[in-house]
Formats: sequence, structure tokens, C-alpha cells
Amino acid sequence: MTDRPTDAVPLPSRGSLRKLQGLLIPVLAVFSAFVIGGLIIVLTDGELIGLWFTDPLAAIGGSWSAVMDAYGALLRGSIGDPGRIIGALVSLDLNELRGAAGPLSETIVSTTPLIFTGLSVALAFRAGLFNIGAEGQLYFGSLAAIIAGFAITGLPWFIHLPIAVLAGFVGGALWGFIPGILKARTGAHEVIVTIMLNFVAYRFVDWALRTEFVQREGRPDPISKVIQPTAELAPLFDGLRAHWGIAIAIIAAIVISWLLFRSTLGFELRAVGLNPRAARYAGMSISWSIVTSMMIAGGLAGLAGASLMLGGSGTLTPGFSPGYGFDGITVALIGATRPGGVVAAAFLFGALRAGATPMQAATGTPIDIVVVIQALVIMFVAAPALVRAIYRIRVERTLGTEVFAKGWGS
Amino acid sequence: MTAATATEPTRLPTMALAERKARRRQRILGIFYLVIAIVMVIGFALPVSGDTNSTFNLNLGVTVITLPELVLPSSATSYLLAAVVAFAGAVQLTRGFGTKWAIILALVAGAFVFAFLVWVAAGQSLNLTGVFQSTLQRSVPIVFGALSGVLCERAGVVNIAIEGMLLSGAFMSAVVASATGSPWLGIGAAILTGAVLAGLLAVLAIRYRVDQIIAGFFINILATGLTAFLSVRVLQPNAAELNTPERLGPIAIPLLSEIPLLGPILFRHNFFVYALFALIIMIHLGLFYTRWGLRVRAVGEHPKAADTVGINVYWVRYSSVVMGGMVAGLGGAYFTIGSTGAFERDMSGGRGYIGLAAMIFGGWNPIGSFFAGLVFGFADALQSRFSILNVGIPSEFLLMVPYIVTIIVVAGLVGRARAPAADGKPYLKE
Repeated sequence: MTDRPTDAVPLPSRGSLRKLQGLLIPVLAVFSAFVIGGLIIVLTDGELIGLWFTDPLAAIGGSWSAVMDAYGALLRGSIGDPGRIIGALVSLDLNELRGAAGPLSETIVSTTPLIFTGLSVALAFRAGLFNIGAEGQLYFGSLAAIIAGFAITGLPWFIHLPIAVLAGFVGGALWGFIPGILKARTGAHEVIVTIMLNFVAYRFVDWALRTEFVQREGRPDPISKVIQPTAELAPLFDGLRAHWGIAIAIIAAIVISWLLFRSTLGFELRAVGLNPRAARYAGMSISWSIVTSMMIAGGLAGLAGASLMLGGSGTLTPGFSPGYGFDGITVALIGATRPGGVVAAAFLFGALRAGATPMQAATGTPIDIVVVIQALVIMFVAAPALVRAIYRIRVERTLGTEVFAKGWGS
Repeated sequence: MTAATATEPTRLPTMALAERKARRRQRILGIFYLVIAIVMVIGFALPVSGDTNSTFNLNLGVTVITLPELVLPSSATSYLLAAVVAFAGAVQLTRGFGTKWAIILALVAGAFVFAFLVWVAAGQSLNLTGVFQSTLQRSVPIVFGALSGVLCERAGVVNIAIEGMLLSGAFMSAVVASATGSPWLGIGAAILTGAVLAGLLAVLAIRYRVDQIIAGFFINILATGLTAFLSVRVLQPNAAELNTPERLGPIAIPLLSEIPLLGPILFRHNFFVYALFALIIMIHLGLFYTRWGLRVRAVGEHPKAADTVGINVYWVRYSSVVMGGMVAGLGGAYFTIGSTGAFERDMSGGRGYIGLAAMIFGGWNPIGSFFAGLVFGFADALQSRFSILNVGIPSEFLLMVPYIVTIIVVAGLVGRARAPAADGKPYLKE
């Protein structure tokens, strides 16, 4: 075990200028990704390609406007139309405000689970583990939360809701425990175990949705019973989909930040992640750290599931998660495994997700361009040398290597 | 210091520990076999009434001889098989099987599976040959993925991007085959695409020393997004020209395909299956019996030593990864040209990851990967028949089995699967 996970971005040591430099790479990464995304949009537009041959000047103008249209629609779909927002604020009409805040609300809805899964993967990274299983843990958390939501009756919301949320955490923690204990006791590499457990989780939920206990009465399709109203996460404002789950998410980010950087447990986890041998020499138990970090990470992903269920439709169907668990990996990578960065990155991707559908509706650009942009951001963030090469930045090398490579054996 | 003392073979404390561990594992395995035998009795023998028979149809298509149906008394067969397993358990517990333990494990697994089949077919008829033929077919993309993984990982580069390479291969083969009208050009395009993606992985992992797992995921996400984007933007409006490739149908090898039982299972497939057989043999011979293979494996185990001896570590890694990509690209073409025809988004369905699991399960070698892939294919083939048959277990649980088995193998509960020692570590030439 030679190289251990450190930040993929070279850590600035001191000073606000260095702090800015630390931010520079992610910002440039996002920018470059959008540029390449724009190129793809232009290059696959059949009409534009034809225009290049007949009237190149018009083609340049056309390309620029095509990209700006698409990204503009993306922005308006995720944050909102500035004109409309100002108009609503001025008029103070509730309906107007609701309409204008719609896109931002959608962004918040997408951001909430991403914060949880991003924290999940980031925490695991800090302990030296790849939690690819966030999706499966999310599924289990959702199942647990849904069952707690519909099976428990007669409790007031301030007891029922926390129980349901806690159930989500426990469900996910359970699914995180398995790869944790396997890695600790047998050295089984968590990437393969978690990927396999993801598949097992999908099938398990498929099965559960067909059992009498979970399936909604009278429905032949796999759909769960609806949760009791006392287990619902209330919306932030009436009529908007954004719900209080975002508050729980931000609190979770603060808690995890405190846990990682200000508590003994967090110190142990980070020590094990940075240098397991040194940690063991200092008396820390590597096995225990691995299991604990995977359980907390699993629990966080489970909370993502709980927020999806309790704040959203209140019912579970197969394939309800459009890969929030996997997006969590992207979020953690870009957030440079710092909880504050995770929230910011989650917001970015939440915005991308939320804005993609309106963008497709407005300009016809398929939503999948957002996935491509995401991939490009990962690449640029994971290979800062590439960004530096493109933009000719010179960064003083500080501590740590940029690499966290390890194979199946470590 | 007396020089003339005859040295007795000293038993180092570590040797005793290893022996005790081995004996403990042996005993656990023995108990496990006994438990399996009990499960077989309770699950497969007891619930079936004494006079039910399981009928196995062994014919598929035209063969030299038409085999009679295999009719077995369900209950009795299960009891017999359980007894065999129990006996194996008793022997394992006491004496152990020495070096042959893996074979016995395979036999026990086989007995369990056969008893399961007998139980499934109780009172009904099951076309066994059909199940086996389907098993092979469904394992094709998985084994292609596993072979790709073997090539890359034996050189020391973890290749998570197999999924993306399969998907991209499927996409490009469909497009090129439709546009040019030739499935072979489509296959060539798929191989090229796999090579390009692998080249990207190699550059990121070897030159920029990006974490190989992250680089692999990036390629997967990129491939998923790009193929979906292009599928909507370019394929859907032009489906007739760009998404209707000609498919390669099954070719029955004359004579061989008429062998009863084996013929329909092995020799009535399309080009991809035969190519797979050839690749398995070629890669196995190449890796373990040629100088090239020795160099690749040296780089994967101890790149520093290989470098000292004069092997160009970077070149070996680049070339192995690109070759792995080509194999994965070819496997991707199977989804379209070898199977359903048109490209659909996400059609690889996670088989790249399953291929990786098969590679680990198979011990990082082509033949092991093939058998491991068959296990996954078998579960897949069975569960698709479950809807027709009347079975007590929900099909979802059967689908879980290959994944759970992989976890068990990876956890070293069944033998220690050992990766090449330098797998995943970037090499820095000093």
C-alpha cells in the first residue's frame, strides 16, 4: 500500500491567494467542460454543419447562438428567468413568486439527495474507501423509510417523521456495513462488493414491491403503499416541490464537517485514510475505522433515499432514482472531499439536472449533454495536470501526491 | 559455532499458524457441505411428493441421434445427490481432499445445481439443452468484458471502463453497419472505438497518473452520456440509415453441430461466440505460454523489476490496455449486430461490471473467466424461464445469486483470488 488517497486537487497550504488557486482548478474544469459540451452541441447539429460549407460567417454566429440558447435555457430552467424573478419580487404577487421560483425549487429538489450521496462518498474517500455502493444504500434507505412511513400509524409528525428519517439512515447503514465488514475482515475490495450489492439491492426492492406487505392494495404494478401524512417532509413553500429535506441535508453537511475535522472519530478516519500503517502504529484500529466509515457513509446515502421518499412522491417504484448514488461519486470528486465543496458541487449538479429537461423542451438539445458535461468535469478535476497544461498555469507543488491509485489488493 | 551439527528442519511459528488456518478453513468447508446437503434435503427432496418425476428434454434442433427424454424421480434424485454432498462434507471435515479440494467444491456446486434443476422441473418438463445453449449466449458479453479486464489488469491497469467500451462498441457498430451496409465494417468500427476509449484510459492512467478507477468511471459516464445524446440527436431522426444494422445470424458448424447434446450447445452460434472461443484460447496461450505474455505479467506483478530487465513498462501497459479495449469493443458489437440489431440507450446493462466480477471470480485468467461468466449466464438463462415454469422462489432472488456468489469469491471465502501485485498502481520510471 504505497499511495493513499489525498485530495485530487493540489492542496494550497496557506494564504488567500493559494486558496484561490485551490478553487481555480475546479472552476476551470467546469468551464472547460461546458466549452467542450458546447462544441458537441454545435457539431451534432445537422443544419449548422451544412451552414459551415455555404456561409461560414453565418455558421459561426449560428453556432454561438445555438450554444448560448442551450445554456441559457439550462440556466433559466435551473435558477430561473431573471426578468421574471424581478417582476415577481416587484409585484409581490404570491402566484408570480411561485412561478418565478419554480426552477430554483426544482434545483433544490435535485440538490438535496446529491448532498447526501456526495457526503457519503466523500466521507468514504477520506477513510480511504471507494463507496460505489451509494446507489444500493440509497435504495435500502428508501425502502426502510417508506416502510416506516406507511406502517407506523397514529403518531404525531414530530415523532413519526424523525423515525422515518432515522429508518432511512439505518437501512442505508446496514447496506454499508456489509462491504465494510468484508473489507475489514477479508480484504475484499469494496469497489466490486459495493457494485454487486447495488445489483442485489435493485432486485431486493423489485421483490419487496411485489410482496403483500409493501405493495399497494389493488395495484398489479410494483408500487408501494403511500406514506402517512405525518411522515411527510413539508414543502418549503406551498405549491413548490422543494422541501425541508434540504435543511436536513445542510445540517448533515455541517455535522459531517464537524465529525471529520473536529472530532476524534473523524481524525481516526482521516488518519487511516492517509496512512493506515502509521495509524495502526498509533494504536488506531483500521478494521473498526473501515466499518464505521462505511456504515456512516451508507447511512448518509440512506438519508438521500429517505429524503426522496418522504419529501417527494411518498411512494416507492422501481427505478425511482436516476442514479443519484452515482452522481454522488461525481459530486464528491469535484467537491474535493470537503463537505463545503460537496454542497457546492451538489448544487451545481442539481442545477444541471433540474435545468436539463426545460433545456430540452426549449431548444431540443437532449438532456444527456448534461451527463457528458458531468463526465468532462470529472476528467478535468481528476487530472489537474490536464487543466494546467491547457491553461498554462503554474502551481507550486505542495504536499501530497495527486494520485490515489490503488488496485484490488490494497 | 559448531559446524558439524546437522540442522533439523525448524518449524517456524508462521508455518504452524498457516497450517492451523488451512485446517480451520478445511473444517469450515466440510461443515458448509453438510449444511448444503441439509438444505438440499429440506428444499429439494422433501417438498416434492414421492411419485413426481422431473422430465428433461435433451434435444434441440437436428442432431444425429434423438436422445430420449431424461426422466428422473424428483425426490429420490435429490436425496441421492444430497447424500453424495453429505459424504463429501464428512470427508472434507475429517481427512480433507488435499490439492483436489477445488474440484470437489465444483462437484458439490454441480450437485446442488442439478438437484435445484430437478426440483424446478418437478412434475414439468425442462429443456436442459436449451438452458445450456442460452447460458452460453447470455454469457458472451460478460466473458468479452472479462477478457478485456484480464488483458488490462495482467499488465497492471485496472479497467473499470469496460462498461463504457461495450456500450460505445454497440453504438458504433450499429451506426457504421447501418451506414455502410456491412456488419463486418461495423465490427471493425466497434473494435476501433474500443481501442480509442482504451487509449484515453491509458493516457489518463499512465501519463497523467489519474486514479485508474476514477478514470474508468469517467469513461463510462462519458460513454453513457455521449451514446445517449447521439442516439437522440442523430440516430432517432435517421433511424433507417443509421440504426438498422444487418445482424449476423447463427452458423451451424456442419457435423459438429449434430452431435447430440454438445452440438446444439456449442456449435450453433453466431460469429461472436466462435470469436470468443478463439479469443479465450489465444489470450490464454499468449499470456501464459509466450514471451510476450511473460513480459505483460512481469509488468503487472513487478514493474520495477521488469524495467530493470529492459522491458518498456509504459509500452507494455499502453499496448495491453488498447488490446483490452479492442476486445471490449468487439464484445459491444455483440449487443447490436450479434443480437437485437438496433442500438438502444444503456443497452449494455451493467454487463461490463459483471465481466469484471467474472474476471475476479475466474482468477484473472481467460479460462477461469469463461467459466465464471457461464455461472452468470446460467442464472440469467434460468430466471428468464421462471416465468414459464412454476417455481417457488421469486425470480428476483435467483437473479441475485451470481452477484452474491461473486461477493463470496472476492471475499476470499472460497480460495484467495489474487490480483497481479502491481494492479492499479501507476508506474513512475526513475
